[in-house]
Amino acid sequence: MKRSGLTVALIHMGLVLACAASLYPVLWVVKMALSPAQSLSLSINPFPETVTFDHFRDVIFSYDSQGRWLFGRQLLASIVVSGATTLVGLSLAVTAAYALSRFRFPGKDAGMQTLLVTQMFPATLMLVPLYRLLQTLGLLDSWGGLVLVYSTSSLPFCVWMLKGYFDTIPRELEEAAVMDGATPWQVFTRVVLPLARPALAVTALFSFMTAWNEFILAATLINDAARFTLPVALQQYVGEWKTEWGHFAAGALIVSAPVMALFFALQKFLVGGLTAGAVKG
Amino acid sequence: MKQWAWLTILLSVSALAEKPLKLWHAYRGGEERAIELAVKKFTAETGTQVELLSVPYDAFSSKLTSAIPHDAGPDVFIFAHERLRQFHRLKVVATTTTRVDRTKYFPSTVDALEVDGELYGYPLSLKTLALFVNTSLVTNAPTTTDELLAELARTTDATQYRYGLAYAAGDFYLHAPFVFGFGAKLFDESGRATLNTPGMAKSFGFVKSLQDRGFMPKEVSGALVKSLFNEGRAAMVISGPWFTGEIEKSVAYRIVPLPIVSETGLPLTPWLGVEAALVSSRTEQPEQAHALAKYLSLGEATALRVDPGGQIPAEIAAYERPEVQQDPIISAFRDVATRAAPTPNTLEMARVWEPMKLALRGVLQGDVLPDQAGALAERRFRALNRERPADANPLPFVLVALLAVAGLAVWQWRRRGPAQAFAKRYPEASRGLAYVAPAAIGIGVLVVIPFAVGISLAFFHHDAGDYSFVGLANFVDILTSKGYRITEPLSFWFTLAVTVAWTFINVVLHVSIGLFLAILLKDPLLKLRGFYRVVLIIPWAVPNYITALMWKGMFHQQFGAINGLLAAFGIEPVSWFTHFSTSFAANVITNTWLGFPFMMVVSLGALQSIPQDLYEAAEVDGASKWVQFRRITLPLLKPALLPSVILGSVWTFNMFNIIYLVSGGEPGGATDILVSEAYRWAFQRNEQYGFAAAYSVLIFFVLLAWTRITRRLSGPEAA
Repeated sequence: MKRSGLTVALIHMGLVLACAASLYPVLWVVKMALSPAQSLSLSINPFPETVTFDHFRDVIFSYDSQGRWLFGRQLLASIVVSGATTLVGLSLAVTAAYALSRFRFPGKDAGMQTLLVTQMFPATLMLVPLYRLLQTLGLLDSWGGLVLVYSTSSLPFCVWMLKGYFDTIPRELEEAAVMDGATPWQVFTRVVLPLARPALAVTALFSFMTAWNEFILAATLINDAARFTLPVALQQYVGEWKTEWGHFAAGALIVSAPVMALFFALQKFLVGGLTAGAVKG
Repeated sequence: MKQWAWLTILLSVSALAEKPLKLWHAYRGGEERAIELAVKKFTAETGTQVELLSVPYDAFSSKLTSAIPHDAGPDVFIFAHERLRQFHRLKVVATTTTRVDRTKYFPSTVDALEVDGELYGYPLSLKTLALFVNTSLVTNAPTTTDELLAELARTTDATQYRYGLAYAAGDFYLHAPFVFGFGAKLFDESGRATLNTPGMAKSFGFVKSLQDRGFMPKEVSGALVKSLFNEGRAAMVISGPWFTGEIEKSVAYRIVPLPIVSETGLPLTPWLGVEAALVSSRTEQPEQAHALAKYLSLGEATALRVDPGGQIPAEIAAYERPEVQQDPIISAFRDVATRAAPTPNTLEMARVWEPMKLALRGVLQGDVLPDQAGALAERRFRALNRERPADANPLPFVLVALLAVAGLAVWQWRRRGPAQAFAKRYPEASRGLAYVAPAAIGIGVLVVIPFAVGISLAFFHHDAGDYSFVGLANFVDILTSKGYRITEPLSFWFTLAVTVAWTFINVVLHVSIGLFLAILLKDPLLKLRGFYRVVLIIPWAVPNYITALMWKGMFHQQFGAINGLLAAFGIEPVSWFTHFSTSFAANVITNTWLGFPFMMVVSLGALQSIPQDLYEAAEVDGASKWVQFRRITLPLLKPALLPSVILGSVWTFNMFNIIYLVSGGEPGGATDILVSEAYRWAFQRNEQYGFAAAYSVLIFFVLLAWTRITRRLSGPEAA
């Protein structure tokens, strides 16, 4: 299909405008992080006038009174918690979604409905019962508790997405594998999972983000500053009386960076992973 | 002698004392350093180990009230005295009546810690408001409001953006001095709130006139006060001790008490906030815990509190220290503090904030006349403070619930029918169940149980740790909008309408912008395609609470980037959060920014799945682009987009962070959606968990109905 030069120019113009709109607020945060002041930046110009890395230095080299490198430990906490959440969430979601897509068993429809329904109850109100529950399970003040809560709360979305994707994978492939003597488990791990890579990538990204960005639960459940996750540390820059905007902005960029990197790394899967399941419809 | 006493105590409880004490606080910077040093000294002197934890302020209170009753909390924690009554009712603080030597502290700071004749905690430091005067602009600090007005007229030059005064006028904490200065009282003899008084009206009128005459800027935030004062564009500022750290070295200033109101002869009396070391009622080592709390409030610890802490100590002896006497700021605040009155720590007080903020903002924004604002505040106050509904008999409800469960079970059983044997009907049942089991157990325990508890809470009334069964009273009150008109922002129906509009507009914008960009990006030969796609996904990758805070700053009236852009096009600056329409628009813009990439990506995938030959065939048949879009693109997109639209609408419906952080419900709660309203009932209006849970149950039913409808629309396969 040939396009005229004018159409192409218009397309580029539209896209450039959209890109400017999506970059502008981010540049603002970059400016706040790089400017020497701790206050909100109050001008239209999104580029910093003077550049300093003080805020980044303060945020990264933060130690507590016992000389523990807080930022490093909190980064580790974030990585461990988010990584474990991704693993646990993904393995639970993959098996459940596969069963929901392939097998008939009692309670299947009710299960699918329950998944959707749990998304509709506001999470803030679950805090009180959840705390009690984790105490009963002995999971207060532990990363394990956080991982369990995060992975189960992202499960409904993950299962839904993966089920949709599995539905699009032709059963014939599995049947062929069975003919060749593969066990059901082999069919699942050798045939179905590799085919579902885009959807797996998206689900993993989603679970990771849930855990990586959450702070209310993390601040409530964990009782040691060195085991807080990074968003909790970030929240500490927002005080009752004043907000350290420079530190907050620098922290915000550090917290967002890995998620952005993942987005970019996985972006070729995003398009296929999110929609292929639904396309079959 | 004292040392020996300590030693015996230590030895006698040495078995227990191996556990370090836990001390929680929300300090940062110098204040945090000060407490760390004080604790180190305490450990050196007593041998008791202490573990410190700094908690983000936003999460502190809920963390304390969750942890202490479950024996997972600290032994000592530091909190302002305003919350004391609630801590007391939740039974999380230990009394210190017989342990505190009242003569050692400013009397008002000890009074602040009194609840029903008992003392709780040890006073550490105080916070109150004073007048900060830029001495190069104002030589004689005003002592009366008449002098103040004269100075304001002299120093204000609106054309140069120079103001006589700047303070966060929309914050009731900063308005309270004016209320008392004009002779109004917030509570009558019996402790009931009386918000509709002549003095109240005068206080509103005075502040409004300051703003109308241009003596102070509109919509002032803390950040603005700081930059105006530092740039010499505000001659005077009303603020507290925390402000001293924000002033740049080049600014010469003095701190003086707030002036006397010329009309009444009464001083503008600010509130006194007292930070106290509170001992947990559940501590296993009460002696050590009290010793620590007391240690923090006296002597060496107070000295550290001043430097490096920069706090105003509550201990009287601290002011005898030479380094304190030489500190002009701290000695100035001592004068100021003697004129301040402690904020009442009553539950009534906790309920006054929201109505007064509503009235105050209404006046400053010109929506409410000063002499009608008091009535508005009083009406809102009554609506928020629900009487405890009559207790109901739980038996019928339990029976109904049991019957419902039984009925459901029977129905399921009969629907299954005897025609097919189980094994034949579900040949793969065991494998399927085995695959589902881990996820089902996880969801069952960690999602369904809290969910069920949440739902059952809706039938209870919660008051400071006591739950009473009230049947359907919460639902009845919500649905009949008891205590306020149906058209007021507080009413469920109003909020529902706002929420529906919010969801609809957002989803339409997400889909149309997303689809539009996807169509632009569709051509695989487009140059820079990868670059565009990467940049356009960025908003999705930024955590949404960061997005929200970022946009909140950009919408600032005087100094936000959005108004700057408008000004560049010659458009008048918009005061975004003072009108419903603009405030709502600000929320929508923010949420659209963060939401379109998701729909763009979904649309891109869906577009790529449409076979190209369909378009080629249409081209051959001479169909225009528009016809192609309507006849090919849209119908084929529908099945792919619909599940995402449903999911997106559920997410948007419950998009708490954006509403809470961007508009914060302004003006007057009008832009709140159902979730943020439920949050307010649960956490900002005296923990009315039952009422909030009833809200959540209603949210749940609305969404359930919505997904049922869309399921019908989308046919049997989808959703």
